[in-house]
Amino acid sequence: MAAEPETTPLNRRRGADPWYVRYLLVGLTLGIVGLLVLVPLVNVFSQALANGVGAYVRNLFADPDTRHAVFLTLMVAPVAVALNVVFGVAAAWAIARFRFPGRAVLVTLIDLPFSVSPVVAGLLFVLLFGGQTAVGAWLRDHGYQVIFAPPALVLATAFVTFPFVARELIPVLEAVGPEEELAARSLGASGWQLFWKITVPNIKWGLLYGVILCNARAMGEFGAVYVVSGRIEGQTDTMPLRVQKLWEGSDNPAAFALASVLTLLALVTLVLKVLIEPKVRADKEPAAKAG
Amino acid sequence: MWGRVLLRFAAVYVAAAAVWVAFAGFARNEQLLNVACDPTRELWRDVNAAFADYYERQHGVRPFVRQSHGGSGSQARSVIDGLPADVISLALWTDTDAVRKSGLLDAGWETRYPNRSLPYTSTIVFVVRKGNPKGVRDWADLARPDVEVITPSPKTSGNGKWSFLAMWGSVVWRGGTDAEARAFVTAAYRRVPVLDAAARGATMTFAQKNIGDVHLTWENEAHLEVKESGGALEIVYPPVSVLAEPHVAVVDANVRRKNTAAVADAYVEFLYTKEAQELIARHYHRPTDPAVFARHRGLFPELRLERATTLVRSGTWDDVQKTFFAEGAIFDQIQAAGR
Repeated sequence: MAAEPETTPLNRRRGADPWYVRYLLVGLTLGIVGLLVLVPLVNVFSQALANGVGAYVRNLFADPDTRHAVFLTLMVAPVAVALNVVFGVAAAWAIARFRFPGRAVLVTLIDLPFSVSPVVAGLLFVLLFGGQTAVGAWLRDHGYQVIFAPPALVLATAFVTFPFVARELIPVLEAVGPEEELAARSLGASGWQLFWKITVPNIKWGLLYGVILCNARAMGEFGAVYVVSGRIEGQTDTMPLRVQKLWEGSDNPAAFALASVLTLLALVTLVLKVLIEPKVRADKEPAAKAG
Repeated sequence: MWGRVLLRFAAVYVAAAAVWVAFAGFARNEQLLNVACDPTRELWRDVNAAFADYYERQHGVRPFVRQSHGGSGSQARSVIDGLPADVISLALWTDTDAVRKSGLLDAGWETRYPNRSLPYTSTIVFVVRKGNPKGVRDWADLARPDVEVITPSPKTSGNGKWSFLAMWGSVVWRGGTDAEARAFVTAAYRRVPVLDAAARGATMTFAQKNIGDVHLTWENEAHLEVKESGGALEIVYPPVSVLAEPHVAVVDANVRRKNTAAVADAYVEFLYTKEAQELIARHYHRPTDPAVFARHRGLFPELRLERATTLVRSGTWDDVQKTFFAEGAIFDQIQAAGR
């Protein structure tokens, strides 16, 4: 029943626009996508494989600093994502279920990392934990290093990727509504049971979608991580930092080999995103689900 | 159910990663960290390996040396902000001294090691297209209207600062006045089509994008650039240039806290040994040991090298910084006049 009003105007438009407008627009779109997306994408892989598959594998696995960069990214990104799942679910829950003073401010604050430059985000942590500050000096004197060490990489990554989970969950939680939760509560469910048995099943696709986006961004994050990493080779270089370092050292095939891994990751993310999208949309439209 | 197994696995994995990250924060006092500027990456990799062997032979323990690279100024900033460097090897005296001003370096760092704490020096030379089609031989050629010059910004790059000082000095050291120097440098910067922020960007502009006729850069970087070009580029030595002085210093406050003073000291002392000086020469840095330098005479064509501090009356680096590169100082005035 929803299909009809959607297709009719589309058909009418198709006839109304002159052919050259259609061809021009389609051509322009394809041209831009080709130039900005397809050509660089193909270029990354062709440069990475320029010296053959053997050299490609060697570039990825022979250098201990490159291996460590891959390892570090696989450690840092999941922890940052996990932090954001906890904070994101809590924030989305609070915003969708309660009306409280400062709620509008909170909604705005969640989006802050989107509008703050990642470099500034990194500097925030340097200003907080740097050697010139009281907190930083205290930690240093007690033998713990936050800045220029993996903990800061996690903090900076988590800050930059914070909005992904919360942003994804707020509309899902609002669409689902509190009715099922209220019913469970009236039947005597504890808070914990309510969360795991009612809320989580309702939001799981939205949550997964947020986690995937969040993870992709976390693994690719450069600016904030660059500022807080201290660029110590084989110790605080994540994959994107290592790509830049290899490129600056004029080791282009190795830089592109590592870049191709990041690109593959992006492509996998894209496929997962396409697979999950319909389920998320169904969650956001409870009426359609009921009908 | 597969979903449940996958979820369990993810939970265990994330928990393990979290524990690893938390433990990775504990200070790594057992290793040395050399925080250096960009153009010395290959040099330090070789020197660090050689030092590990050298120290193991003498003490029976193998030290572990890490290196960090970035722009000279931002590296100084990171050390001040708490990057646990034991040794700093930065491009400019002002950057090293900024670390002293923050209290991490003891006063008198410059006289602690031989040759005013300079294990090697370098200079700024020209890289031109094969066959030098524009006939660039001397600094005056940079102001010719048919010559395009590639050099990074002196505001953000150590390379850019040394290049600026070399241009200015090329007039003053040969008897010119400050006014003549200013006129020449202004004309030369008008010939710069793209003022990149960092040295590597300038190299890309010149070598890969094929923009410009002459590229001003460190002597060692020039050799790398020419080697990589596969014969498309060549080096031209001007008759006079600046004596670039990248000091190496021990970060006293950090080595005291980390208990690495003895190893850090051994590391810096090692740089002045014949073995390290040989490595330095092979990476096209000019070793300060006269015997080693004499042996590699062939690598380093003779040219007149002058210290940058002779360009200001007081002869201090603070004055060089204030006169040329501070906000609203000569470089800013030249840029404003060029627009």
